[in-house]
Amino acid sequence: MKTYLPSMFIVERDSDRCIQCKVCVNQCSFNVHSFDASENAVVSDEKNCVGCHRCVVFCPTGALNIRRNTLDYRDNYNWRPENIEDILKQAETGGVLLTGMGNDKAYRVYWDHMVLNASQVTNPSIDPLREPMELVTYLGRKPDRIEFDSHTHKLTTVMPPQVRLSLPVMFSAMSYGAVSLNVQKSLAKAAEQTGTFWNTGEGGLHSSLYKYAANTIVQVASGRFGVHSDYLNAGRIVEIKIGQGAKPGIGGHLPGEKVTAEVSHTRMIPRGTDALSPAPQHDIYSIEDLSQLIYAIKEATNYEKLVSVKIAAVHNSAAIASGIVRAGADMIVIDGLRGSTGAAPKIIRDNVGIPIEMALAAVDTRLREENIRNQASLVIAGGIRNSGDIAKAIALGADAVYIGTAALMALGCTACQQCHTGKCAWGICTSDLALTKRINPEIGARRLSNLLRSWAIELKDILGGMGINALESLRGNRLHLRGVDLSDTEMKILGIRPIGA
Amino acid sequence: MENLNDLQNTYGSDKVIDACSIFGMMDTSGKRFPGDDIIKAIANLHVRGNGLGGGFAVYGLYPDYAEYYALHVMFLSNEGKTETESFLKDKFHLIDASEIKTRPLPCIIDPPQVWRYFLKINKYVSGVKADDDFVVDCVMEINTRIKDTFVFSSGKNMGIFKGVGYPEEIGRYFCLEEYEGYLWMAHGRYPTNSRGWWGGAHPFNILDWTVVHNGEISSYGTNRRYLEQFGYICTMETDTEVIAYAIDLLVRKHGLPVEMVASVFAAPFWDEIERKPHAEQEILRSLRQVYGSLLLNGPFTIIIAHEGEMIGLTDRIRLRPLTAATRGKMLYLSSEEAAIRAICPELDSVWIPLGGEPIIASLDKPFKAPVSISVSSRYKRGGKPHAD
Repeated sequence: MKTYLPSMFIVERDSDRCIQCKVCVNQCSFNVHSFDASENAVVSDEKNCVGCHRCVVFCPTGALNIRRNTLDYRDNYNWRPENIEDILKQAETGGVLLTGMGNDKAYRVYWDHMVLNASQVTNPSIDPLREPMELVTYLGRKPDRIEFDSHTHKLTTVMPPQVRLSLPVMFSAMSYGAVSLNVQKSLAKAAEQTGTFWNTGEGGLHSSLYKYAANTIVQVASGRFGVHSDYLNAGRIVEIKIGQGAKPGIGGHLPGEKVTAEVSHTRMIPRGTDALSPAPQHDIYSIEDLSQLIYAIKEATNYEKLVSVKIAAVHNSAAIASGIVRAGADMIVIDGLRGSTGAAPKIIRDNVGIPIEMALAAVDTRLREENIRNQASLVIAGGIRNSGDIAKAIALGADAVYIGTAALMALGCTACQQCHTGKCAWGICTSDLALTKRINPEIGARRLSNLLRSWAIELKDILGGMGINALESLRGNRLHLRGVDLSDTEMKILGIRPIGA
Repeated sequence: MENLNDLQNTYGSDKVIDACSIFGMMDTSGKRFPGDDIIKAIANLHVRGNGLGGGFAVYGLYPDYAEYYALHVMFLSNEGKTETESFLKDKFHLIDASEIKTRPLPCIIDPPQVWRYFLKINKYVSGVKADDDFVVDCVMEINTRIKDTFVFSSGKNMGIFKGVGYPEEIGRYFCLEEYEGYLWMAHGRYPTNSRGWWGGAHPFNILDWTVVHNGEISSYGTNRRYLEQFGYICTMETDTEVIAYAIDLLVRKHGLPVEMVASVFAAPFWDEIERKPHAEQEILRSLRQVYGSLLLNGPFTIIIAHEGEMIGLTDRIRLRPLTAATRGKMLYLSSEEAAIRAICPELDSVWIPLGGEPIIASLDKPFKAPVSISVSSRYKRGGKPHAD
């Protein structure tokens, strides 16, 4: 069937600069560039171009540029090009539209409508270059109070397990199979170097990564891929995945093409079979079932691990989170509307869930109202872009944040949304061995560590400016936030005052 | 005071911002002495206030009535007084009531009536409730419900005197040279945006606990939201109130010793904790993990007092001044050394405590001035004490 879809991008090749070296031909995994031997010229078939910029970055002579094909339709606010083209795609395929990454729609990004405070005169700002500035965060259930023996002054409270983060940023769950082993190696190494955690995702833990156990969060999702006793006991935190911000209410889908020998071994499924995680966990049909799984995992790990529960941010996250804390979770993860994915139905990604800022504020407020905020750490995910977002998240009440997309961007990702195709030209979201070797774990870890280091320095600057020298004094400190261009209702939910007041 | 918030925080800010001078002196033998000296000392710190608030706390003040709760109450109208007195008679056995003696001064403008009441718990009313809890509830009720009335002192054998003016003026207004106590504290206030009202002056007291405070707590939002979970509602919207409630929670409700409270308010840095011996490490780490939301971050010096004890503490990087000194059994704490010298030129020792290091004067445990202070961390700076 002839496709009616126009090209999304235009490839511009400067013929004066192009030396026909074929780097672009080799780099492009979407078959845009090819060498025409009869013409002795490199040519481009732009209808395949996804705008990932791999060829542009690697072209040794700077001969390439990629532009958006701004093909003009007649103006129509309802029938925008994306709507028209999605219909064309479905008319030509008869299927669910799949996509990758997170929601790219123009829902309000609340981070951009909150500003932070700084000290002037009445309290001094603190200079992080000259004074200590602490970002250390301990995740885990905290008792309501500390008790001592009144005579010996010895601690009688037994502290539940705590894990230490040197900065409040962890790498979000990205499973082996969805991302390559080299990506996971980069994440694990960077987590180790930086003193934070990476998360296996739902695809098991490759045998070569057990050495990073001290910085590992192992995930248990509905497919239970690669879950066994050694796996559960390998990490410091076991995370039960109920939902994901990119696709709340939807299971996972790893196409059989990506299930290579190593993936098959790690996931404990036959090679080449689709790895389908069901939408719900089939042993969790209610909150009390979740509690049973939490305690089953605690039993299996001798109460030495934190048990985390990850949910997508949805309308009644606050009530759900409260139930999860009471079910025994030591940590709750809320993944917002903009959380990413390796593959999701586009219609779900673009329309289901709520922005993380609102979910975070609502959950933190609710847990405090019920006096159970100390019983679980609160971690958020979904669209964190920079250290400013992190500071605002901490001020709203988060203990720490997860980053997924931002971490992949440190490795080269340009958010071209082709994760589900398995053809990632940057070698990130693919299991094609020719592509995965594009990530060198040593260099990858260095790039990731650099990113975290930069953000740590920036966070210290932000804290120092507020006259605070420990992150815990910003946590839940909504007085340090003010809302810009928000409605009263929005500010009420966020628990913040408007600018100027 | 039914409109406490409007009076206290006229502009509805996040919180009331002020700075100040603070001074404390305690005879650790328990010998009582009059208020002349502390008035002179706090007058020496005149420029640290702006005349919008001054106050004093005295412990060992009412030895003849030591078993009764002593309420100091300010009335802005006779109606408030009538209603309060009938409320108190309903709730307590009223042992004695008198207007607190004052001396008219031209600098004291429009003062409220200030009365003291000695109260005995009426078990038929308080029922199973602990005495202290019952008193706190009554004080809260008066302060938030009864018109034109504010209870600003509610401990036993102690009392607060405070108002709008420079502290030395307030001291003379209340004739403090005529009272005696073994522990005196004073405060001169410099609010930045709140027009002074008498109840907004320091010290801040609840039951036996009194706080004077110089600083601005940048962690106020975190501290306040944490305390709200335990039912403390911050009606005064000041840092000092947060500190007082935090002390009440940690000491009275959670039973922590004062030294550990200091390790919560001015927690050692994590890397400092990690260098301590194992047992101490475990305690300090647990304290910080559990009570991290009560870390007082930002500049502060506080002097806290309760029966038989006075504690001085600065924030962990010592962004506000505190000088300690001893002479015989007397221990002094002051924003500046000059104020101590003003009343006691000859001192046995005088030193600047380390950031986050509590200085504790106690009737039970005689204070020993440190012979030498080792700088235990590169973050902490402090002068060695020197004999004079």
